[in-house]
Amino acid sequence: MGQYAFKLPDVGEGVVEAEIIEWHVKVGQVIAEDDALVDVMTDKATVEIPAPTSGTISSITGEPGDVLAVGTVLLTIETEGEETAEPVAPVEAVAAPAPKAAPPASLASVITSAVSPAEEEIEIRAVKPSSSGRALASPALRKRALELQIDLGEITGSGPAGRISHQDLDDFIAAGRTQGAGGNQKQPRKTGTVTEKIIGLRRKIAQNLAASKRNIPHFSYVEEVEMDALETLRAHLNAGRKEGQAKLTLLPFLSLALIKTLPDFAAANAHFDGQSITKYAPVHLGIATATPNGLMVPVVKHAESLDIWALAAEIGRVSTAAREGNGKTSELSGSTITITSLGALGGIASTPVINAPETAIIGVNKLMEKLVFDRDVVVARKVMNLSSSFDHRVVDGFDAARMIQAVKGYLENPATLFM
Amino acid sequence: MKLLHTKILIVGGGPAGYPCAIRAGQLGRDVTLVDASGLGGTCLNRGCIPSKAYIHAAGQFETVQSHAKAPAMGLTCSDPKLELSGLLKWKDDLVGKLTGGVGQLLKAAGVKVIVGHAVFLDAKTCEVALADGGSQTITAENVVLATGSSEAELPFLPFDDRVLSSTGLLELANLPKTLAVVGAGYIGLELGIAFARLGTKVTFVEALDAILPQFDAELTRPVVRWLKQHKVDLHLSAKAKGINKKGLVFTDAKGNEQSIAAEKILVAVGRKPNTTQLGLENMAIDMDGAFIKVDDQCRTAMRGTWAIGDVVGEPMLAHKGTRQGEMVAEILAGHRRRFDPVAIAAVCFTEPEIVGVGLDPKQATAAGEDVVVGKFPFAALGKALSMGAGADGGFVRVTARKSDHVILGIHGVGSHIAELSGEFALALEMGARLEDIAGTIHVHPTLSEGFAESAMTALGQPLHISMPRSRS
Repeated sequence: MGQYAFKLPDVGEGVVEAEIIEWHVKVGQVIAEDDALVDVMTDKATVEIPAPTSGTISSITGEPGDVLAVGTVLLTIETEGEETAEPVAPVEAVAAPAPKAAPPASLASVITSAVSPAEEEIEIRAVKPSSSGRALASPALRKRALELQIDLGEITGSGPAGRISHQDLDDFIAAGRTQGAGGNQKQPRKTGTVTEKIIGLRRKIAQNLAASKRNIPHFSYVEEVEMDALETLRAHLNAGRKEGQAKLTLLPFLSLALIKTLPDFAAANAHFDGQSITKYAPVHLGIATATPNGLMVPVVKHAESLDIWALAAEIGRVSTAAREGNGKTSELSGSTITITSLGALGGIASTPVINAPETAIIGVNKLMEKLVFDRDVVVARKVMNLSSSFDHRVVDGFDAARMIQAVKGYLENPATLFM
Repeated sequence: MKLLHTKILIVGGGPAGYPCAIRAGQLGRDVTLVDASGLGGTCLNRGCIPSKAYIHAAGQFETVQSHAKAPAMGLTCSDPKLELSGLLKWKDDLVGKLTGGVGQLLKAAGVKVIVGHAVFLDAKTCEVALADGGSQTITAENVVLATGSSEAELPFLPFDDRVLSSTGLLELANLPKTLAVVGAGYIGLELGIAFARLGTKVTFVEALDAILPQFDAELTRPVVRWLKQHKVDLHLSAKAKGINKKGLVFTDAKGNEQSIAAEKILVAVGRKPNTTQLGLENMAIDMDGAFIKVDDQCRTAMRGTWAIGDVVGEPMLAHKGTRQGEMVAEILAGHRRRFDPVAIAAVCFTEPEIVGVGLDPKQATAAGEDVVVGKFPFAALGKALSMGAGADGGFVRVTARKSDHVILGIHGVGSHIAELSGEFALALEMGARLEDIAGTIHVHPTLSEGFAESAMTALGQPLHISMPRSRS
């Protein structure tokens, strides 16, 4: 018999800590080598850690949501053989301690008694169900309620013994608790709350976005872009697209416009850590993607090296991979500027949050037909808003506006994208 | 064969079916009512109304007779006579007037009435054997079954000209000298007591150990006392066996076989729903025991097929059926309705009368209620005394929830107390508290004062009986 103390391995390049997402084993469980033990998440990816040896789990460290330092003893396994017994040394979990236990009984009772008077008051006023369990109300009132599809059990009667008056029913209706005469749907009052611990990717998202909003003074800028010419071109290209070529959406065109524009606005294709700004020659394009687990930003690396078709294919590939949860870790980080598009959902403007440490994010809103003045004639035009945010510490508003105007110029004159 | 299509077909013209037809007609529906045995049903033709006519006449006769025997109130008269055939005619005229009135009301509501017996081929089609010959096929979008109930027969006491149902008893042309009544439920007691007052020697044979099992002993005691005072024999825990030449044979509570003289025997052991010879088996509806199963809107398991009244179960009372009939008509006219009474009053026109609405103290306690009970005797009520109704042990008893004084049940026994049943039912439907009843000015002198006083008694403050004085 030996004790195998299994330490949290270094699951990725430079990773110093990882968050426990889900345990697949529990104490006392017999496991075979390579059985899945635990899912942990690092800055870069979620990794399933396999059992290094067979045996019986004798202890585990940490709960889902706890962040452990690499090298922490994750679990101990009682093994059959006597070899490979690494010394068992207790290592404390770093950061996120186990969730606080419920308050001690005495405190709980204090809270309860503090709350109870109000509840008692309600209790007195509330209709006490009679032996038949029905509310106290006259036949005429019951008939009215039935016709209005209102459950009298939901109304607190103001009369003696909680008798419900016509006024109570009127008040109930006026308070909007029901759809009233025309409504068919009964809307019972709901109770209960669900408290969920925010762990894993969602916690990561929460931390990153909070940090971004806390540290970065956002400058947001919304501009309208006329899209008729681009839409005509897009339709034409799509009509002639070859076998195996991805269908062109707006994103590759916007990407191309950014790639053309960014060399003149290098501060918007950069990383800023608060001390120094790193301006990138390549454009590593982050594509904000809604995945079943939450927001992720897969990256099209070296977008500047790709033509419109390759851009379309790459954008499709990395975002699909992210949605399906099989993106490579390397493709989930390293972007230098991010595009976020809610256009398909609608929305006329947004205030995107910068994907730190980047310095700019370009948001795409809904493309719609609008009446606009063309000289002195009103014409229907396809227009779309770009809502962008910049790190105002390193990008001046003037420059940000100039940059968006440049992008707009490319999009409105799409031939220039290919010059 | 004639074919008729109608939107609403109602089968049965009793107190459930005819109000359904009237209301549906009022609401502009195309209604056809098929009735086999007289508009007004059992209630008007053979039940409530004829029996009340006999009970009233019997009371009149007994009163006059008592004055002839021993003058009272300064009122004397000589030996009164009763011709049962005369009473029968009076009753028949009364019934004719009422059923004729129902016919008029149906006509005014635009209801097509077909006299005949309907047998269903499927849930929406029936063939009516017309009373005047021939047949009529009717198809309907909605069918309402209101076929009622009839007297239950005992296999060893089949109905004939000696063993009578309540219907048969009310058709007698001559008063029997002796009458054995099998069953001391409300029908047997009402009719048995009426015939006893008309001068028949009546004997009750009841299988249970008490009369009127739906009421508690406190309520039935005045009736038992009346029977004793009027020398009406009551055999409890006794089982009827059959008849012999002399009369009825039964085993008494001790298991001994007895025979009592009985010119006629009334079998009143309950009523059974009329569910046979209707073609119900072709209608794909569900049954609930002997009754047709319905929900709180009187829908059967078959879409567009409804059932109301006695045929859907207890309580088999006309006023319940009437409400269900109105309700179904309104639902068929597109209204939202549900059968949701707080309580349905039950009345026995015995001597004295008994009325009950809602829960009695025992039932309320069993339902988990902590109750307060107030009881007020008619003996302390001027009006009762002035009517000569103060000595029959009558009272009003109210049962309320102790915590909030909401009235849970009202019961009473006494002369004419049935007329208070409406106020009792209203109090329950309105969710009245003891204070509401005590705070309503009740007319003096009326029996209704007894209700107000019962509520005051429950509150510890009656005016006309004494209670221990509170110290504060």
